Amino acid sequence: MQIVSQILFVIALVFGIGFFARNIKKLIKYIKLGKDIDRTDQPNERFANMARVALGQSKMVKRPIAGMLHIFVYVGFVIINIEVLEIIIDGIFGTHRVFAFLGTGYDVLIASFEILALLVLIGVIVFWIRRNVIKLKRFWANEMKGWPKNDANYILYFEMVLMALFLIMNAADHQLQILGADHYANEAGIMASFPISQFLLPIFDGLSISTLIIVERAAWWLHILGILFFLNYLYYSKHLHILLAFPNTYYAKLKPKGELNNLEAVTNEVKLMMDPNADPFAAPEPTEGEEEVPEKFGASDVQDLNWVQLLNAYTCTECGRCTSECPANQTGKKLSPRKIMMDTRDRLEEVGKNIEKNKEFKDDGKQLLNDYITTEELWACTTCNACVEACPVGIDPLSIIIDMRRYLMMEQSAAPNELNISMGNIENNGAPWPYNQMDRLNWANEN
Amino acid sequence: MAEAIKVPTMAEYMAEGKKPEVLFWVGCAGSFDDRAKKITKAFVKLLSKAGVEFAVLGTEESCTGDPAKRSGNEFLFQMQAVTNIEVLNGYEIEKIVTACPHCFNTIKNEYPELGGNYQVMHHTQFLKSLLEEGRLKVEGGKFKGKRITFHDPCYLGRANNEYEAPRDLLRKLEVELVEMRKCKKNGLCCGAGGGQMFKEPEKGNKDVNILRTEQAIETEPEVIAAGCPFCNTMMTDGVKGKDKEGQIEVMDVAEMIADAEDL
Repeated sequence: MQIVSQILFVIALVFGIGFFARNIKKLIKYIKLGKDIDRTDQPNERFANMARVALGQSKMVKRPIAGMLHIFVYVGFVIINIEVLEIIIDGIFGTHRVFAFLGTGYDVLIASFEILALLVLIGVIVFWIRRNVIKLKRFWANEMKGWPKNDANYILYFEMVLMALFLIMNAADHQLQILGADHYANEAGIMASFPISQFLLPIFDGLSISTLIIVERAAWWLHILGILFFLNYLYYSKHLHILLAFPNTYYAKLKPKGELNNLEAVTNEVKLMMDPNADPFAAPEPTEGEEEVPEKFGASDVQDLNWVQLLNAYTCTECGRCTSECPANQTGKKLSPRKIMMDTRDRLEEVGKNIEKNKEFKDDGKQLLNDYITTEELWACTTCNACVEACPVGIDPLSIIIDMRRYLMMEQSAAPNELNISMGNIENNGAPWPYNQMDRLNWANEN
Repeated sequence: MAEAIKVPTMAEYMAEGKKPEVLFWVGCAGSFDDRAKKITKAFVKLLSKAGVEFAVLGTEESCTGDPAKRSGNEFLFQMQAVTNIEVLNGYEIEKIVTACPHCFNTIKNEYPELGGNYQVMHHTQFLKSLLEEGRLKVEGGKFKGKRITFHDPCYLGRANNEYEAPRDLLRKLEVELVEMRKCKKNGLCCGAGGGQMFKEPEKGNKDVNILRTEQAIETEPEVIAAGCPFCNTMMTDGVKGKDKEGQIEVMDVAEMIADAEDL
């Protein structure tokens, strides 16, 4: 019987981790659909940024209540994973509480897991209340209807169940140890200490050893199977941030927020135009092999974005802090930086599946622009960087907005009319207003 | 007030075979917008008072390309940038000061890659350095003890992490500095950035400048201090929209210093 359970465990483990690895491979493949961008410079600064923002949660605590609760859940999940390690060893080798030899250290370990489990449970319950009872505005925006809302709640339910199972498992185990059950009891006394689950003991009063073993085993199995399931749910949910927050903060932009990249393709064109020695009628240099396609300016679909922007999209956990800080959104405009990220991810998934099915991308008559993100949203942005500042995991929605505006401006000449007039003014008289450049110093003589 | 202010140009300096200490980049708003011209003049008076040898480009100055870049017209931006850089490099400019955070950000951050490398300062940073060097003295004056709130320009604050220079200047004026609930890193935009200044806003339930003005009014200030000609326009319109023109003034920090000094 024991060996059957060990075999079943190994199968579950291999299947769970294997499937997860497959999804991660797919994730990396999709992210690599983005254009290349070099973010390997300044590794020390990048590590520091990751340590501060992802590991240290420095931006989360800007909103103290959510920040503190999130730290409970975050620390809880990281630390409780040590317990998962023990579960895996026990599962494979048929041992029970293999780390118990640590003695007092083990008591401390299990005690801290239990306290953290309780804090996680409290955190998650408050999160659920904030979403579903208090109905914080940012969780009820338009883009949160349907799947995103359910997804968030499923994750919370899942975490509640996992923590409850962990505590029930410990309580049943504790009771079995008290009753001196085979395989559970230890001559040296009670293994581990149970500061939280001891309060569950009364529930098990009067239950037979065999019933308790069923309860303990069921909780143990459901706990580990739940974790394996959750691991695989990540890819399909908004919850990937627990992994991707780290690479995302590492590869985040280090330059001043106000600095937008200069498009190299444009620089080349401008240089050619400004070069007095350039022959505008010269035939283009002959290129080997395929005919060169002129570079597209800006982005109309996900493949035009760079891989960091696509990584950003997968990292977004839809918390909505960006949107709640956005001046356009606060004044009732359609723009929501969170939606920009959600749309980018949805479209990327669609494009990725398309490529998997057809070996290469087959035109599906859709693109990120218009089919997902409308021009009305794009033109509402004031480029104020509030969204970038607000993001607790270093996402840059503004860069996507700018790349899409570039496409609208340079490939489609599709800017709002007043803006086009200003562009014309800059082009003709060096100012966004229709004043003559020759009058630029007139102010000095006016009183 | 009536005395004409002397504003030398780079061309004049060049003709004399001299180089000024700093180039004052006036910007489009500072050159053409009636309200912003007052800021330009106030700043020039302060430069003169401090004995700073400065020059402007005058008719050789052109838009930095900021509104074009942020609207997505990278082509026009780079054309403007390259042309300006040619002029600036021609005069061997090393140090630039500007009263416009948009010009400041663009020249400081986006010109270097295109061949324009200068030390660029926002006018509040420059004025602060003049105070520190003892070239300009500011003590109290007519704003002493008045309730003032400072509206952070996005392109000075979040974009370039400068929150203190303008506040330090206000402290020198011994004002009662009160902060809005959204300030510094979390400051709310005035609504003009990213090309919005030059177009109608998208459909919504409020204009951004009204929301920001409401936040400013909450602090019950006598003056809303600004550090950007566009913010200045937006906040001035906001104050008008809220019928508070009589009670609340919108002033650039440089204007306040010049005013305090009765320049």
